[in-house]
Amino acid sequence: MQNNESGERDHLQGLVEAARDGSRPAFDELVRRTYVDTYTLAMRLTGNEEDARDVVQDAYLRAWKGLKRFRGDAQFTTWMYRITANASYTHVQKRKRLRTANLEDVEEPVDPRLEARPEAMAESVAGLAELTEAVDRLPQTLRQMVILKDVYGLPHEAIAEELGISVAAAKVRLHRGRKKLRDLLDELDERSAHAV
Amino acid sequence: MRCEEVALLIPSTLDDDGPVALPVQSHVESCLRCQAELARYRRMLRGLQLLRTQFLEPAPGLLGLTLAAIGDASEQHAIRSLLNKRRLAYAGAIGGAVAAAGAAAAVVAVHRSRRRAATALAT
Repeated sequence: MQNNESGERDHLQGLVEAARDGSRPAFDELVRRTYVDTYTLAMRLTGNEEDARDVVQDAYLRAWKGLKRFRGDAQFTTWMYRITANASYTHVQKRKRLRTANLEDVEEPVDPRLEARPEAMAESVAGLAELTEAVDRLPQTLRQMVILKDVYGLPHEAIAEELGISVAAAKVRLHRGRKKLRDLLDELDERSAHAV
Repeated sequence: MRCEEVALLIPSTLDDDGPVALPVQSHVESCLRCQAELARYRRMLRGLQLLRTQFLEPAPGLLGLTLAAIGDASEQHAIRSLLNKRRLAYAGAIGGAVAAAGAAAAVVAVHRSRRRAATALAT
């Protein structure tokens, strides 16, 4: 398993080097191997499919143009997470300017099928569904932080740089995000208990 | 410290990069309620880490669209860089011609001024 992972990493590294030397087929192969991962992050950050598709295209365009600047001291996937985070942030800012209503604050209806108890959350698929639902309900700025730090493990400094905020602000947002997520999970649990 | 105060601080104690404040630590060690709260947060974090292994399947066509967008951008870049090279060549040629014309004008001017000086000496 670990050998597979390191083999894949080496293969990606080889493709990155070839792409940096100008090989389009190598870059296309990099896209093929990583676009599901990039799309998943974009979906989680933007919360809708149309935006996620735009973000994925934008992210790979930025990567292609900036590949020569990629020093290779991080993994290509980590570098793509940072670009995706930045592209997503830019996209969401643009979208906010276009929309008059702030849709992030609108409450969505609760799915009454959620049955998992919070205690079993990490261990069960239903728990993950509940967690995903709660993450989706976080306000945009808090959601970005929780996803980039707690799901994808990016350091505070990298997140702060991509989102154009200070490291201290990133930490404050993360702690608020965790607290809000904890409250949302309780809320979902209470509502599903009432629905039974 | 009261439980309510500790509860507010727990989200910030989950990071690896900083030590937990001593009053928080000693409160949690002696308070079952806060221990349970911390355990809930830790389960939540484990759940979040598990999300990293769950992938969402994009609609068909995204890969093709992305590769096509990169192809378009590459072509535009190649055209732009070709045009830039040509522009540079044209600018160089024009600059060279202007410099040559300037040099010729200077030579003519020097030549004329010497002739004028020689005529003046002769008269």
